[in-house]
Amino acid sequence: MKAQNKQIGTPMNRVDGRLKVTGAATYSAEYQLPGLAYAVLVGSTIARGRVSSIDTRAAERAPGALAVITHFNAPKVPGFAKGQNPSQPPTAGQPLQVFQDDKVRFNDQPIAVVVADTYERARFAAGLVKAQYVQEKHQTDMTVGTRQAFQPTQARKNPKSPVADYQRGRADAYQTAPIKLEAEYIIPTEVHHPIELQAVTAHWEAPDRLTLYDKTQGTIRTRNDFAKEWNLPEANVKVIATFVGGAFGNGLHSWPHESAAIMAAKQVNRPVKLVLSREQMFTMVGYRPYTWQKIGMSATPDGKITALTHEATGQTSTYEEFTESTVQQSRMMYAAPNVNTRYRLAALDVSTPIWMRGPGEATGAFALESAMDEMAHQLRLDPLEFRLRNYADQDPENGRPWSTKFLKECYQMGAERIGWSKRPLTPGTLRDGDWLVGYGMGVGTFGAHRSKAQTSARLLPTGTVLLQCATTDIGPGTGTAMTQIAADTLGLPPEKIRFELGNSQFPTAPTQGGSSTVNSVGAAVQEACLALRDKLRQLAAASNSAFAVAQKEDVVLADGYLALTGNPAARANYADLVRQPDDALVTVESKPSEEQKKYSMYSFSVHFAKVRVQPLTGEVRVSKLVSCADAGTIVNLKTAANQMKGGAVGGIGMALMEAATIDNRFGRYITKDLADYHVPVHADAPAVEVLFVNQPDPHVNALGTKGIGEIAIIGVAPAIANAVFNATGKRIRELPITPDKLI
Amino acid sequence: MATNPETDLPPTNHDEARRSFLRQSSLLTALALVPGPVVHAASAELDETVAAAFEKMPLKLEINGKKYKFSVEPRTTLLDLLREQLHLTGTKKGCDYGQCGACTVHVDGQRVNSCLSFAVMHEGKKITTIEGLADGDKLHPMQEAFVKHDGFQCGYCTPGQIMSAVACVREGHADSEAEIREYMSGNICRCGAYANIVAAIQEVKQGGQKV
Ligand code: FES
Ligand code: FES
Repeated sequence: MKAQNKQIGTPMNRVDGRLKVTGAATYSAEYQLPGLAYAVLVGSTIARGRVSSIDTRAAERAPGALAVITHFNAPKVPGFAKGQNPSQPPTAGQPLQVFQDDKVRFNDQPIAVVVADTYERARFAAGLVKAQYVQEKHQTDMTVGTRQAFQPTQARKNPKSPVADYQRGRADAYQTAPIKLEAEYIIPTEVHHPIELQAVTAHWEAPDRLTLYDKTQGTIRTRNDFAKEWNLPEANVKVIATFVGGAFGNGLHSWPHESAAIMAAKQVNRPVKLVLSREQMFTMVGYRPYTWQKIGMSATPDGKITALTHEATGQTSTYEEFTESTVQQSRMMYAAPNVNTRYRLAALDVSTPIWMRGPGEATGAFALESAMDEMAHQLRLDPLEFRLRNYADQDPENGRPWSTKFLKECYQMGAERIGWSKRPLTPGTLRDGDWLVGYGMGVGTFGAHRSKAQTSARLLPTGTVLLQCATTDIGPGTGTAMTQIAADTLGLPPEKIRFELGNSQFPTAPTQGGSSTVNSVGAAVQEACLALRDKLRQLAAASNSAFAVAQKEDVVLADGYLALTGNPAARANYADLVRQPDDALVTVESKPSEEQKKYSMYSFSVHFAKVRVQPLTGEVRVSKLVSCADAGTIVNLKTAANQMKGGAVGGIGMALMEAATIDNRFGRYITKDLADYHVPVHADAPAVEVLFVNQPDPHVNALGTKGIGEIAIIGVAPAIANAVFNATGKRIRELPITPDKLI
Repeated sequence: MATNPETDLPPTNHDEARRSFLRQSSLLTALALVPGPVVHAASAELDETVAAAFEKMPLKLEINGKKYKFSVEPRTTLLDLLREQLHLTGTKKGCDYGQCGACTVHVDGQRVNSCLSFAVMHEGKKITTIEGLADGDKLHPMQEAFVKHDGFQCGYCTPGQIMSAVACVREGHADSEAEIREYMSGNICRCGAYANIVAAIQEVKQGGQKV
């Protein structure tokens, strides 16, 4: 018997909704620990050079000050002493070892941490630290960096690396074609800026036992990093991240502030809380790298792409090579015979970037999907029609079949809902009063990734099933989706399920990122629940032979007792089955199958935008967005739609306002807070209509999910840029599209 | 730290400044009249403790219907008082600069960014935080509506959004979707749950419940 879906696919309210609306949800800076001390980081005021001296005397004597740590007196970190930073570099290089040397690698690099007994006192004392520097010439200008771009180490070492150069057919074949375009696109540095400031509370519960309440996307990753850093057994490091106030990628790496807080806690022998300021969020926890791109494309007069070349250079730091899949979409999205991609890095005196929602794919889609619109315009073709003419029925990158692909269905639904037929073929011709109106579209895709994950399931004597997994929830509603999956797999109402997450002592789960949580953890939850059914059957079989011969699918978890379908006489009370707490406990590990390798597995999305542009002021208003997703089974229609809307809002930010700007004379950000770095507010967010194909993918996992988080934003920015072109006839190839670029 | 003029003092003079403050303080002059050993102790180890006490101000607040008496440093913001001293962590810190709205509370019924006001500015006032919005176990209609419409993702901006939303309705600024968007624009939701937040506010407004 296949479990019937009663919860999966419904718009169930979040299981932690009540905690979130009452202020009872506890985030990493909100744990009350006895003797808690406060730490504040002091950043460098030069971008490159050495710290020659630091005067900490005034800070040390300030009221309530407990310690001032700099590279002159920092405690020895055993993992650092081994000569390697144990926290994982994104791909190559050496993550910053905080307070280990006098070198300044970027402006606002932490050079001291001040600890005091209250927050106000720590902050005051931090202001008293004075550093002297030997300054060196810095380089933070990407226009210079791009000219000195290099191939990532990973690609040089391994030509099969996803960031290595790629070619099918002839390279740069567009150059000799009669109908071609060549255009450069730029996205500036963008910053994640979750509303919760990055925070960690470090507590040495014993000299060899560390607990971190941390804003991280992966409790296991963070645990492993700091266990290595402090040379501790993994079991001695506990990472708690029950609630994470957004992250969008900046919780995918271990950062200097975490090491600093741990050091500080060791030094003062008290738990220490460290919360970054909004300004420090620009420099200390990664960002979406400034990226230069070039697309070359050629097509036949009837709209078949003959060649496509995609080049990209992304910004990284001088000490770590951060890479992402910026050019991936160009390899597999359209069925062109000649395709090549080149991905390069430019090392600047800045901190290291990290994946930001939709990561490289969102950056790459801005270039590719803008170019698609440009070519369609050149051919005088409807951009949707142009995409249909180049639709890939199998993965052109490797010739494999798609596991599922319902992108055509997305095109159709979305076009209808936005009113695509009203789009004028000639730009600048549609008006609404004083305003110009335009329509645009952009396509997104992201790999349907699944990794190994574990979950435990335990029947409590009350009849509630408790599931535990180390996964996190940075906002999508992981706990809610897992509750639905468990409820359906066990045939229980959701009230009878308790799903606990965000603790590294729970069974291992991958980091929440890359849209893979439901694919991976969802599968583990489902398998754990099936294993629990069988375990219960076995337990019951000891006293009732009917259970011994029954199939696990026939086991029914009734209210207070275990039953069998079709055998009303068979009953076993939970209280009798569960005498010891671990009697009815199973822990499973769920893995992707080998079978999967035969397929190309991707989620797809298309975004349609309708914009209004005021020609005199250059103001752009997005009046409507329609986002359609082919993301496999949708576990929770409410939270999934919310996630899609959130991605669309993020795309509006990318398209119209977000840019972190460095004054290259000083190598320092001039955007320092949310008044300078604009993100969309209520007034910027239009109605977003979300449509799901909601067809299960049979290959990713038994649930049929493919993932939503990234495709929600990938393709939104080009949809808006294309709509602006349609409204005004102006092609803006450098984001964000601020009014000055339109007038 | 730019907001704290004290940081502009030459650092090494700081202790000096504190002591001269203590010497000049009329209260400490009064202390000088008490027996010698007490004064001696005050000037030695108790120096800091006494100084700290002098640097604090008395403050009375009513928070979520409960009366409190504090002694707080004048530089302590209402937000930090709530979060760090009262452990009312439902009120969130998202920027500390009055730019995100995560710290919104009601002061005598008006919405206020608690990060932008010092606690001592609110002597005798009534503060309502997210923890004080529900009626015991019964959620406030706005909280109910946020759950129903999924007006959040990570939940971090949520207390501020809800406090702002309640005020927005009470102010009479929730008559249309556009008006709500305008009057809620001081509350940033980086997760982008805006459409759902607006839907929640509209439902409460149209439902006509008392907020
Ligand atoms: S924390 Fe007060 S407005 Fe952001
Ligand atoms: S719910 Fe995450 S910032 Fe609003």
